[in-house]
Amino acid sequence: MPLYFMDGNEAIAWGAVSAGCRFFAGYPITPATTIYAAMLKLLPPLGGVCLQGEDEIASIGFCLGASMAGMKVMTATSGPGISLCSEQISFAIGSEIPVVIIDVQRLGPSTGSATRGADGDIQFLRWGSSGGLPVIVLAPSNVEDCFSLTRQAFNLAEEFRCPVFIASNKDIAMTRESVDLELSGKFEAKNRPRATRGKPFLPFHARSGSLVPDFLPIGDRTLVRQTSSTHGPDGYITTDPEIIQETRDRLQTKLTSSIQRYTFFETFIEEGSETLILTYGITARAAREVFDEQKEKGNPVSLLILKTLWPIPEVLIRKTAEPFKKIVVVEMNMGQYVGEIQRILPKKSITFVGQMDGNLITPEKIKSGVTGE
Amino acid sequence: MNSYLNTKRPPAFCAGCGHEQIAHALDKAFAGMKLKSSKIVIVSDIGCSGLFDVFFNTHAMHGLHGRALTYATGLKMARPELIVIVTMGDGGLGIGGAHILAACRRNLDLTLLVLNNFNFGMTGGQFSSTTPADVKVASGFLNLLEHPMDICQVACSAGATYAARCSAYEAGLPNKIESGIRHSGFSLIDIWGICPGRYTRKSGLTPGQIHDSLEKLPPVSGVIKSNNRKEYGRHYREMADRQKPATPPVQVRTRFKSSQSGRQEIVILGGAGQRVITAGEIICYAGLTAGLQATQKNEYNITVLRGPSVSEIILSANPIGFLGITKPDVMIAIHQEGVKHRQALFRNLEQTTLLIQADDVDVPENAANRIVIHFDTQKIKPPDRALAAISVLAKLGKVIDSQMLQAALKLKFKDKILEASLQVAHKIQMT
Repeated sequence: MPLYFMDGNEAIAWGAVSAGCRFFAGYPITPATTIYAAMLKLLPPLGGVCLQGEDEIASIGFCLGASMAGMKVMTATSGPGISLCSEQISFAIGSEIPVVIIDVQRLGPSTGSATRGADGDIQFLRWGSSGGLPVIVLAPSNVEDCFSLTRQAFNLAEEFRCPVFIASNKDIAMTRESVDLELSGKFEAKNRPRATRGKPFLPFHARSGSLVPDFLPIGDRTLVRQTSSTHGPDGYITTDPEIIQETRDRLQTKLTSSIQRYTFFETFIEEGSETLILTYGITARAAREVFDEQKEKGNPVSLLILKTLWPIPEVLIRKTAEPFKKIVVVEMNMGQYVGEIQRILPKKSITFVGQMDGNLITPEKIKSGVTGE
Repeated sequence: MNSYLNTKRPPAFCAGCGHEQIAHALDKAFAGMKLKSSKIVIVSDIGCSGLFDVFFNTHAMHGLHGRALTYATGLKMARPELIVIVTMGDGGLGIGGAHILAACRRNLDLTLLVLNNFNFGMTGGQFSSTTPADVKVASGFLNLLEHPMDICQVACSAGATYAARCSAYEAGLPNKIESGIRHSGFSLIDIWGICPGRYTRKSGLTPGQIHDSLEKLPPVSGVIKSNNRKEYGRHYREMADRQKPATPPVQVRTRFKSSQSGRQEIVILGGAGQRVITAGEIICYAGLTAGLQATQKNEYNITVLRGPSVSEIILSANPIGFLGITKPDVMIAIHQEGVKHRQALFRNLEQTTLLIQADDVDVPENAANRIVIHFDTQKIKPPDRALAAISVLAKLGKVIDSQMLQAALKLKFKDKILEASLQVAHKIQMT
């Protein structure tokens, strides 16, 4: 197969388009800008819409409007921008508006370093919106993941009517690499379940057997209501505690009950190894080198690379970690996901290897975490 | 006359509230235009203006404070056939200021009704961006310190093609709203009204006083000719139709056999204007033509015309894991800024490292095997330095060879630029 040579951001744009995305809005911010640049080249000739918002709040707001009109939408930003998006993200969660949000993480806090990578937003993506209900977060390790996980993100957003994040990183986003992709390859794009016309339409009513309400677009012959206020199935404000709790339960369960279907990961298990390295994102690449090297040396370790970070794939983590004495969690931050691992695996010895200096974590550093030297 | 009001949820504002008048006027405007319910969407903001969507049998979208225009923009771009009405209070004007300015500048066909009652009614009557400085509201002395904003003047300055200022109590309000809706482009109607629940409890205000105040202001009543221009949505589609399909990314087929095995790391330390990134890309293409995997990581200043420009390239017969470079096989030093940026790296160089160094660049002590190139004497201009340096690699058969380089140049360039680059690659001498 001839290889492409592209960076993670380009791969995200091509992945989005091949998943059916026809609406993008963004605000320039390093290191996410080239997604916007690519979408601007891709969408208009396809009859799609690509807009530059006056800020990140507007950009994601445009997306929410267009999504309610039935389009598949995406925005892309970085730390400072994702912070601004918070209120709109909670709107998308509570009001079940499909949207794909790319967070090309850069070194924070705050303005931080525009051209230095980090994985500092991992907990923020999960908890950085009011209400605390779950979202889906996928983490690519390379350019190929950027493409394929973005396509998955669109399908998940459609299926579950929720925001889906791609937690990318400057060092994936702006590093070009050779990659074997089928840009228009086999992939079945899903569409949000549509309500049947003619029946009275309740915009937030989930059919029995389903946890996700059927959709009709604003502008349809049937009138559609959308609201950020606490609402009942009819889309009007409610104060009924029973309805309110039921809806919150549904918003939670619709994601947590089906996590197994979208748990993306890679495992490299070596018989006889006592240590499991658990990591995600760009750091997985250095971890993979440690795996290869240790195997060659006859002192093997095993490796679990998570590509679905939220909701936490607890079953997978427990099952994979079961035979190991020691778990080494490696993250390009000061320790975010490791807290979840400690909670899930209370009886295991857990070592954390982290770094947040703008440089990639080296295989050597991971090795020292493995050997304790 | 046909009504669009929701009979199951009739308007329920405080007695005497200006919003009630506006709701009925909007209903009449819809009726006057004989609009189909399903062609209308009301996007409502937060506060009492945020109740509007509930009172109408139309499509509705109610979101966050100050952000109504953002949803409206997305809706209208996605469904141009919809009539999009935005209702927002003077609170929304303040917190959503950037969106108002952008909507005026953009001129997308939305109609913004500003339900201006000079205070935050829903939260207890605090001052807003339009509260007069000399009245008493629920913000203590704070409103005395600020100047109210005339949103119509702001809209004119921001390029709005339509703005009107009027009273919630005037008989012609439905017509004014209808004109705003009919206007093809962004229209803003600043409608002054009374908040009996909060504002008038502390400060008196009557429809008569509103009328008198409006009379004293220079009239703003519709199309702003000096700002006249195309509606954004139509204009966008016109321009979009003319865009050529995006070129798919370059795909590279394996044509040669690489003589290199294992992982090769190359670092180019250059400066702005030396086309360092392009040279890095060409090495990668060259590697791809020989079936190698390639990665390229770049670094340059935000001031792209000055400062260092560094490209880190890895070629390997196997999948490339870790992207960092600690011990390069090839180091190309063609600008002092680049060298300064990665000084520490020189300590790691070994005798097996090939260092290609420009004669006018100093490098720290190192153990590398060095080739010095006199770019200026050879009449190689700064923009060609990086290309010339990687051509040295090809001539030496280090990492890449000449046929790989030529194939890469043909992938990257066309016509005259290709010719010129092939010439640079050919003429560079190592002494």
